[in-house]
Amino acid sequence: MTSQAFDEMGKGASLHPAYAAIADWLRETPAADLAAKRAEAEVLFRRVGITFAVYGEGGDPERLIPFDIIPRILARAEWQTLSAGLTQRVRALNAFLADIYGKQEIIRAGRIPAHLIEGNEQFRPEMQGFLPPGGIYTHIAGIDLVRTGPDQFYVLEDNARTPSGVSYMLENREAMLRLFPRLMARHRIAPVNRYPEDLLATLKAAAPERAGPDPTVVILTPGSFNSAYYEHCFLADEMGVEVLEGPDLFVEDDIVYMRTTAGAKRVDVIYRRIDDDYLDPKAFRPDSMLGVPGLIAAYRAGNVALCNAPGCGIADDKAIYPYVPAMIRFYLGEEPRLANVPTLLCEREEDRREVLANLDKLVVKLAQGSGGYGMLIGPHATQAERDDFAARIRAKPQDYIAQPTLALSTVPTLVEQGIAPRHVDLRPFVLSTKDAVRIVPGGLTRVALREGSLVVNSSQGGGTKDTWVLEADPIPSTAHGGAAAC
Amino acid sequence: MLSRTADSLFWLGRYTERAANVARGLSVASRMAGLTAELNHEGDEWRALLVAAGCEPGFFQKHQEITEEAVIDFLVRDPDNPSGIIPCFAAARHNARTVRTALTVDMWSAMSDSWNHLRRIGPADFQGEKLPGFLEWVRERVLLFNGAAMDTMLRGEAWLFVQLGTALERADNTARLLDVKHEVLESEAETTVAHGQWQAVLQSFSALRAYHWVFRDRITPARIAELMILRPELPRSLIASYNRVCEVLELIAAEQDGRRGEPHRLAEELRTQLRTGRIEDIMEAGLHEYLTAMIINTAELGEAVQAFYIRA
Repeated sequence: MTSQAFDEMGKGASLHPAYAAIADWLRETPAADLAAKRAEAEVLFRRVGITFAVYGEGGDPERLIPFDIIPRILARAEWQTLSAGLTQRVRALNAFLADIYGKQEIIRAGRIPAHLIEGNEQFRPEMQGFLPPGGIYTHIAGIDLVRTGPDQFYVLEDNARTPSGVSYMLENREAMLRLFPRLMARHRIAPVNRYPEDLLATLKAAAPERAGPDPTVVILTPGSFNSAYYEHCFLADEMGVEVLEGPDLFVEDDIVYMRTTAGAKRVDVIYRRIDDDYLDPKAFRPDSMLGVPGLIAAYRAGNVALCNAPGCGIADDKAIYPYVPAMIRFYLGEEPRLANVPTLLCEREEDRREVLANLDKLVVKLAQGSGGYGMLIGPHATQAERDDFAARIRAKPQDYIAQPTLALSTVPTLVEQGIAPRHVDLRPFVLSTKDAVRIVPGGLTRVALREGSLVVNSSQGGGTKDTWVLEADPIPSTAHGGAAAC
Repeated sequence: MLSRTADSLFWLGRYTERAANVARGLSVASRMAGLTAELNHEGDEWRALLVAAGCEPGFFQKHQEITEEAVIDFLVRDPDNPSGIIPCFAAARHNARTVRTALTVDMWSAMSDSWNHLRRIGPADFQGEKLPGFLEWVRERVLLFNGAAMDTMLRGEAWLFVQLGTALERADNTARLLDVKHEVLESEAETTVAHGQWQAVLQSFSALRAYHWVFRDRITPARIAELMILRPELPRSLIASYNRVCEVLELIAAEQDGRRGEPHRLAEELRTQLRTGRIEDIMEAGLHEYLTAMIINTAELGEAVQAFYIRA
């Protein structure tokens, strides 16, 4: 797999110009120095406390996601292409959500089969006929991209509900600035640290009109046992807003308040990092201890904004994913700028036959799973595992989709044996208001640290890298030379 | 208390604070140079830092041109620069030694350990990629020293003179760091570069997150100036520093049966000016003019303290 994968840095005559200074740096820096820097990075991340909580699996519950010190680089032109494609895609996803909870014109036009929506657990009939302020549903989207060649980028999946990882994007950059000021001075790297401000502006723009120019924004977290708890606190701190748990809020007369030492304070916008199911025991799961009773009624009354809107899951469902290109054509009248990975839906009979006949070549995923769980990577699986999946697909075909195994691109990565290519993906974060779509250049690069592995999820042993979008080609170290000291 | 003792404690407070402030300034300049939105202007960051530290004339007596390495050397090690980090520690330690008995064991240990480390290091320990780690170490050592004073020092005149030195130095530093960026803060054009500069100004005061907690809104230059000049809840703001100066001067007066003089009058006058100031007026009349006046007034106040307590 690795041998045929596209390496983003390249070498010799095929060395990507954006990586020129990195190539020099890797050649000139002794292995021991790189190892020392990696150890220093770990101390930094421990100190900041940026851990990924994994409970119930034994071992240290507060794990560090491994950070790789070799950056992943995109040239300005590459990023502009991606950025335009991401903007287009998220605009279409928001248009789809407004339509599917409204008139459902896309179904009537025959572009998406009705049963994929109606029978879908992610579709929230409670939200029908309600338009959120500004008509935006997914204010914060994380779109996972993979690459197979110089110009071949694919959207692997859309995350339209509560995508996480942006704190790693920001902390990775801080760590690099701390560890490698010299190396960074040789590059013109587009800054990422506006993200918290952009996020706050996005959240404020979602506020109900009556809240005025300075709405009260809060973050709602499931609590300190959640794997992304660090991120919830980090973003709250960077924006200067409170991070709350369900019991900190209450609803009276369809108005949401937080409990403070100075009494009840009205809340206008909730950036919720809790799944729909747990938001409000009165509306969704009655056993939820995390949510706020009456929240959805307050939301529907237009007294509070929820970001992202409940019901966004229908837009990033894996069974809906194959129809995103159709959405782009239908709502925007444009051709998709970013390609989908060809996807087989096991519930379609001919697709299913093809999947079952080619299990050794395909990746099979749960239509509603996330985080790399419940997934079969055909070429790497044993016959017994494939037989097991075949039986599961026959029993519940609507639960499964299949895609070809893509030769994901690689980026040089520091591993035990030295520097070696490892597969990566990219999650840019897309912020939407009714007036604008904002994307901080780059995003979170996740890297599969095990040799040959294609699974980048942090719950499955993936690491992260800083992602640099260059505004110009780097200054080679030779030109810098003695002047490197100045 | 002996005037000489008071003098040493006052300067112990000032030099310790100055070392940490130079470290803050250096780490922000190095960060900005690393961000390099405008590579050609890299030297500007280092020049601005020299100006803020009041070191530009001294620097050009020894160097022809501004380079990163030369500025770092001048601001960290050069024994001819009394505002350099290592010379500041040397002066602070010298002052600490002359008043050894006025310090607690914890304060003395913090100072000694810092000095024993600094006397052995060379450029290889603070140049290039070692710089951020070194600067962090400096800040941690000053935090340790301040924490030791806070936790263990008897609340008498000795304590008050250390505090007076720290607060005055902080007021001076805040005015200087802001003044050096007054052009950036007087332009409302929100380019990526300007935005990075605004963030850097806040970072140099360790106030980036504080800004978001106070304003919960986008960064604007007028608000940065308001936070750093007029907001008492930010411990490094000018008004907070002057509140502390006035408070400490009153406590010293109470220790001395109500003896007051020019320092009390002048500090109170400056504080009143800050308390009643409006950011719109300050920006309209010119931030640079305002800050220049503040720097001059703060220096006058330092003189008045010396004249009243030390040389009297």
